[in-house]
Amino acid sequence: MDFDLSKPQKLLQQSARDFFVRACPPEKVREMMASGAAFDDALWREMADQGWTGLIIPEEFGGLGLTLVDLIAVVEEMGRASLPGPFISTLWAAALIDRAGSEGQRKQYLDPISMGDLKATVALLEESADWDPDAVQLRADRDGREFRISGRKDFVNDAAVADLIIVVARSGEDLVLLPVDRNTPGISIIETPAIDATRKLYSIEFDNVSLPESSALAYNTRVREALDASTETAMIALCAEMLGGMEWTLATTVEYAKTRQQFDKPIGTYQAVQHQCADMFLMIESARSAIYFAAWALSENDPGARLAVSVAKAYCSDAAREVGNRGVQVHGGIGFTWEHNLQLYYKRAKASEIMFGDANYHRDVIARKVIDETE
Amino acid sequence: MDLNLNPDELKFRDELRAWLQANVPAPFTGKGGEEEKGEHFDYLRAWQKKVYEGGWAGLSWPKEYGGRGARLIEQAIFTEEWARAEAPQLINVLGLSLIGPTIISAGTPEQKERFLPKILSAEEIWCQGFSEPNAGSDVASLGTKATLDGDHFIVNGQKIWTSMAHVADWCLLLVRTDPNVPKHKGITALLVDMHSTGVTVRPLRQMTGDASFNEVFFDNVRVPVSNVLGEVNKGWSTAITTLMNERAHLGTGIYVQFKRNLDQLVERSRQIRRGGRPVSEDPVLRQKIAQAYMELEIFRLTNTRALSKMHNQSVPGPEGSILKLQWSEYNQRFQQIAMEVLGPVAQLHGFDNGQWVFNYLRTRGNTIEAGTSEIQRNIVAERVLGLPKSY
Ligand SMILES: Cc1cc2nc3c(=O)[nH]c(=O)nc-3n(C[C@H](O)[C@H](O)[C@H](O)COP(=O)(O)OP(=O)(O)OC[C@H]3O[C@@H](n4cnc5c(N)ncnc54)[C@H](O)[C@@H]3O)c2cc1C
Repeated sequence: MDFDLSKPQKLLQQSARDFFVRACPPEKVREMMASGAAFDDALWREMADQGWTGLIIPEEFGGLGLTLVDLIAVVEEMGRASLPGPFISTLWAAALIDRAGSEGQRKQYLDPISMGDLKATVALLEESADWDPDAVQLRADRDGREFRISGRKDFVNDAAVADLIIVVARSGEDLVLLPVDRNTPGISIIETPAIDATRKLYSIEFDNVSLPESSALAYNTRVREALDASTETAMIALCAEMLGGMEWTLATTVEYAKTRQQFDKPIGTYQAVQHQCADMFLMIESARSAIYFAAWALSENDPGARLAVSVAKAYCSDAAREVGNRGVQVHGGIGFTWEHNLQLYYKRAKASEIMFGDANYHRDVIARKVIDETE
Repeated sequence: MDLNLNPDELKFRDELRAWLQANVPAPFTGKGGEEEKGEHFDYLRAWQKKVYEGGWAGLSWPKEYGGRGARLIEQAIFTEEWARAEAPQLINVLGLSLIGPTIISAGTPEQKERFLPKILSAEEIWCQGFSEPNAGSDVASLGTKATLDGDHFIVNGQKIWTSMAHVADWCLLLVRTDPNVPKHKGITALLVDMHSTGVTVRPLRQMTGDASFNEVFFDNVRVPVSNVLGEVNKGWSTAITTLMNERAHLGTGIYVQFKRNLDQLVERSRQIRRGGRPVSEDPVLRQKIAQAYMELEIFRLTNTRALSKMHNQSVPGPEGSILKLQWSEYNQRFQQIAMEVLGPVAQLHGFDNGQWVFNYLRTRGNTIEAGTSEIQRNIVAERVLGLPKSY
């Protein structure tokens, strides 16, 4: 038993850290944030060259075939850099295709995703903003050998850069997963400006969009299973990203507390400030325990994995926000400015808190497992 | 990273599980606090003796002194099996978690031989004599003094808040042996027989009503020089070893108790009705129970991670402060949640043997004992994060 990243995992993480320090410094983040879709193709290709776009995709589909634990080691560094763009979205979509698609569909989509040629996202939420797939209402009615979709999806990440959108829709009573090319006639993508400009949100309107029946990835119960499993994968990656963001915030805050002088001493001399930092560290180490365990449990198909993922997301959701709050407080006025990079991390933390369900949502999941299912 | 048990660990787990299945005694149902001399104390002492004889006490302690010579990580497996089997805790907790490890790292071969096996078997109960009325967080300012008289030290002074002193046979005592040097440089650690002439123990009642800690007075108590642990006037480094172990290891056994409390609360939440439905269906309280589950699980995981990391270190590092903060503050939050879930009956001494009202009050001590939360945060800030010293 070894509850730590292995040597190769640590090396992988270090190389990712070095990569993002060079390729995605804060100026770059701001530049991307100000651009239309918060995306930079050259950076994406460099990441693909490292193999990261296919890190957990099976080797037969062009990926590296590594584990979720390897993945989170890299994603933690993306969080530390506050990397903009569709990495988590593409990961979610890829995991969904891998679970739900036929052999041919997996080949069709996963190969180019691994190569960095295809970016993707998942359109799940609607106006109800409910993470439970049972809430999906968008209709995909059958018309001969076609599906016809009309209606709207909301809160879709990165839709303007995703070449492929996996739409979760309802056909009759059943859920169906439909991969759609972003440029299909009848689709309009509307940005819905939100708190985190480094990972943009969109609504997608479908006006009588028709898709061949054969394009569907899966129907009915398999949709639910594939959605649950792929969401867990994406969610634990998101948690790792949050962890990296928290670490950046703590490091930056401690550095500031050592140098900023008031009353003739570094402010880090004062316990009121020290204890804020100590609590940030406590939250970060707690988050790390929860995330590493959940990633490992998922990669091993451990029966406790689902509960472990909700524990991680519930904890990280509150912790990432709280670490941000304290980071801003210790910085004083400068921490409240647009100029200071804290704001990038602060906003990302809030958006990530919401994504895939906040702490209340996941505590509810935990309660069901711990109270109802142990009866 | 690999949390699967390797063949050796699996074998360890299976053996332990089988042993527990065959040996865990029926729960104690009589009266009396566990830290007071009486039936409960005897029950727990007999249990620890059985554990020792079964070869399960002192997992990572050297074999020649009655330990198992296992790796630290086996402790994580041990804890989970203990919780699973609902086995009673071990009574000689201070000896096991902090004093024994200090003797292992600082003791002479004779001291190890003499003291360690009897710590493991609970034949000799230990207490920790560090705090004094005027030396709490700043324990290095202690004033109990020891002067050399031939091959003995003569000890005079007073300790306070000494847990288990009223049942203890031995004490790891910090004394001042040189008053003329800076405070950290004149301290010595002594192994003191609590049955020596001149030792007076006066129990102090806690807000729970129990009397599990004490004032201890030393009046010309003679302690052989051979009972110095470490070197004369170098007792501060011995004390640090103890404190590091205290932070890192006290939480291990405590998890077992916490897990049982949580399971009991979930069970009770289904039985107690309020507003026409079981409390377990109240959405607000469900959130709180889930929060408690999450925090306890994270404490378990952080503890395992720390054991994995400490693997090759003889003395745990400052990460122990994180564990201490986690468990003490968790328990305070949890016992408050328990009060809310249980409702008015929770305050009754007659409900569930009074355990909820006792635990609720007892948790106030959690963030004070073994170094206050403020001191732990100072340690994290200064030793882990490298912020300037505040004092
Ligand atoms: C249940 C229980 C069991 C105990 N068992 C034992 C035992 O077996 N053996 C033993 O030796 N001791 C024992 N203690 C004593 C315990 O170690 C001390 O109470 C503790 O170290 C605090 O010391 P104090 O009570 O003198 O409080 P003080 O040190 O006076 O502290 C009072 C307050 O001031 C804060 N404070 C003090 N210094 C600082 C600082 N530098 N920075 C920020 N805040 C500060 C503290 O955090 C606290 O909030 C026990 C205590 C309890 C409650």
